[in-house]
Amino acid sequence: MPSEDYVKSLHHRGHGGQEAGTSLRGLLPPRPQCPPWRRVLFVAVFLTGLISPIRAQQYPEGMAAPARGVDLSGEWTPVREEDNTGNTELGDWVGIPMNEAARLRAMAWVASIQTLPEWQCRPHAVSYISRGPSQLRISKEVDPVSRDVTAWHMEWLRSIDKPVYMDGRPHPSENAPHTWGGFSTGEWIGDMLKITTTHIKEEYLKRDGVFHSDKIKVNQYLIRRGNYLTYILVEHDPVYLTEPLIRSTEYVLEPHQNIPPYPCNVVEEVDRPKGVVPHNMPGTAQYIEDVKDFANRYGIPWDVVTAGAANMYPEIQDKIKAAQRPK
Amino acid sequence: MNATAFLFTAVVGIAVLTPANGLHAAAGDGRQPVPQAQGRPADDIEILPVHGSIYMLAGAGANIAVSAGKDGVLIVDSGTAPMSDKVLAAIQRLQRQLEWKEPPVDRHWGAETRGTLQSSLNPIAPPKPIRYIVNTSADADHTGGNEKLAKAGKTFTGGNVAGDISDAGQGASILAYENVLAAMSKQTNGKPASPENSWPTDTFFGPQMKLSHFFNGDGIQIIHISSAHTDGDTIVHFRNSDVIATGDLFVTTTYPVIDVERGGTINGVIDGLNRILDLVIPEFRMEGGTMIVPGHGRLCDGGDLAYYRDMVTIIRDRIEAMVKKGMTLEQVKAAKPSADYDPRWGATSGAWTTDKFIEAAYKTLQPKTPAAKATTTKKKS
Repeated sequence: MPSEDYVKSLHHRGHGGQEAGTSLRGLLPPRPQCPPWRRVLFVAVFLTGLISPIRAQQYPEGMAAPARGVDLSGEWTPVREEDNTGNTELGDWVGIPMNEAARLRAMAWVASIQTLPEWQCRPHAVSYISRGPSQLRISKEVDPVSRDVTAWHMEWLRSIDKPVYMDGRPHPSENAPHTWGGFSTGEWIGDMLKITTTHIKEEYLKRDGVFHSDKIKVNQYLIRRGNYLTYILVEHDPVYLTEPLIRSTEYVLEPHQNIPPYPCNVVEEVDRPKGVVPHNMPGTAQYIEDVKDFANRYGIPWDVVTAGAANMYPEIQDKIKAAQRPK
Repeated sequence: MNATAFLFTAVVGIAVLTPANGLHAAAGDGRQPVPQAQGRPADDIEILPVHGSIYMLAGAGANIAVSAGKDGVLIVDSGTAPMSDKVLAAIQRLQRQLEWKEPPVDRHWGAETRGTLQSSLNPIAPPKPIRYIVNTSADADHTGGNEKLAKAGKTFTGGNVAGDISDAGQGASILAYENVLAAMSKQTNGKPASPENSWPTDTFFGPQMKLSHFFNGDGIQIIHISSAHTDGDTIVHFRNSDVIATGDLFVTTTYPVIDVERGGTINGVIDGLNRILDLVIPEFRMEGGTMIVPGHGRLCDGGDLAYYRDMVTIIRDRIEAMVKKGMTLEQVKAAKPSADYDPRWGATSGAWTTDKFIEAAYKTLQPKTPAAKATTTKKKS
């Protein structure tokens, strides 16, 4: 059970949707208030947990057995809300516990790199796809003998099929290949599915040049509350993150949804000499000035935007207020 | 209640209702070790299936790509000398596993004239010999096992070859670019750099060498990459299995190792990486398809290789710009042109540090002197 201090610390750090920078929210343009139905939903979640032992006794003896956990399968569509806008602005690094190397890499990043043939058809990797936001299909593999769910498959629009193995198989060795979806195993914690994913290719945490490395490990938590599904990612990257990055996405069941195909063919997008890799050179205006676009637009001091993990904490607001105070 | 607050309240609610678990494990558990592949002692050789007939052996120094099948065994690189017994044992273990995969006896026909019990008594034939070793460079961790592994192997010969060269059938053939032989046989104080029995037996000096026949179903192309890791690099393309063994031209453990003393250059490395990318065809969106066995580190595909190419190219561009400005090596090092990649690829200790990489890149990006230009022109002609 989590300690109260620990949970409080998570809350204060603004975990969940940190791309929007919870600590900075009061200083950013106003956003819609949370609707009252969410309070009702919370009560429902509470009650669901309470009645789960009773539910197990509803089946007539010998007729059926309750599943482990809950059924997650179905067509899920993202709930667009303040923490999951799908928009990324150049130099928006608030809420990301990125280190100095990650910042330098983001400053050198230029979107034109995605016109290279090796970049054009890449899907979003597991650490980013749910921020798309993209529709999600979850299906299950069932062992016909035991009737156990042996794997869940999570498949997003424009992305990969990510199997989550439930049959106890170990993760591959460190010499095994890495994929966009990584290798995932799952376990039930009550009715919450915990997923551990390793073997993920290097990829972006945000589409403005903020990268994670191929050393990343991502834990995910799926919590179903009736027709709503909460998906939480806890991302640990020893290379570019100084603390775990925690983000969340809400989905709602949409039985009429069918995720369309998303074919992609590589074409010659830009006529450039062979071997050129687009990037901003240190010292150029693009490297120094363009990345300040977000900071300038919202009046956030540059040293706050570049503060890494510190800009997840409420104390950073004092710095912003001080900077915005009329001189 | 905003979305974040709601979310965490909900999670806490669930955690409270499900004792002995919850988010305490949730946020901290990324630091717990993930169960790894079981059944392999830490100092043993790991065998990873790649594609078709190709396997990767990890743990013998450099990675070893193995083609194993009914034609016998071809290996790309041989690991370090002290590991050669374990490499040999791993290859034989692999061969036994492949034998078991084959149905030992065809029981579906011919019972009127023959029984199958006799041949079922011990269906496992002795392992087929190692017939070829390809060296991607002269490095000791790639060639150290040559002597023992070649000796355990066999070259099939006949006709004039068998008559004229008495030891032609002894041991496996060792194939490499000619500069590998030159490096391994180079004398210092009357002693060669490597034992004579480990030297390449067959060399080439053109852009490529092709094995003159399919081997375990693969056409095998040995392609020379000039002036990259060294002046003797090759990559090996198994064309049917669609696997490329790169040697130290591509590794997943460090920045590219550029042996300037032996003719390596950073531009040669980048050209080589782009050459491999030209050969790669992904199965699905830069994932899978052509698989790549790097000189060191994990099994890769074109997506991984493209990231590495991007990284090396970006750092090269920065150093090149500094060279053009006339900056000294110390000034370049102080400017930290690789700072954004150092946490992943750099090192401050060990055989190949970030400083050594920067220094090698800097040296090989210097403008060519008129004398050097003349030599290059002469070589090309």
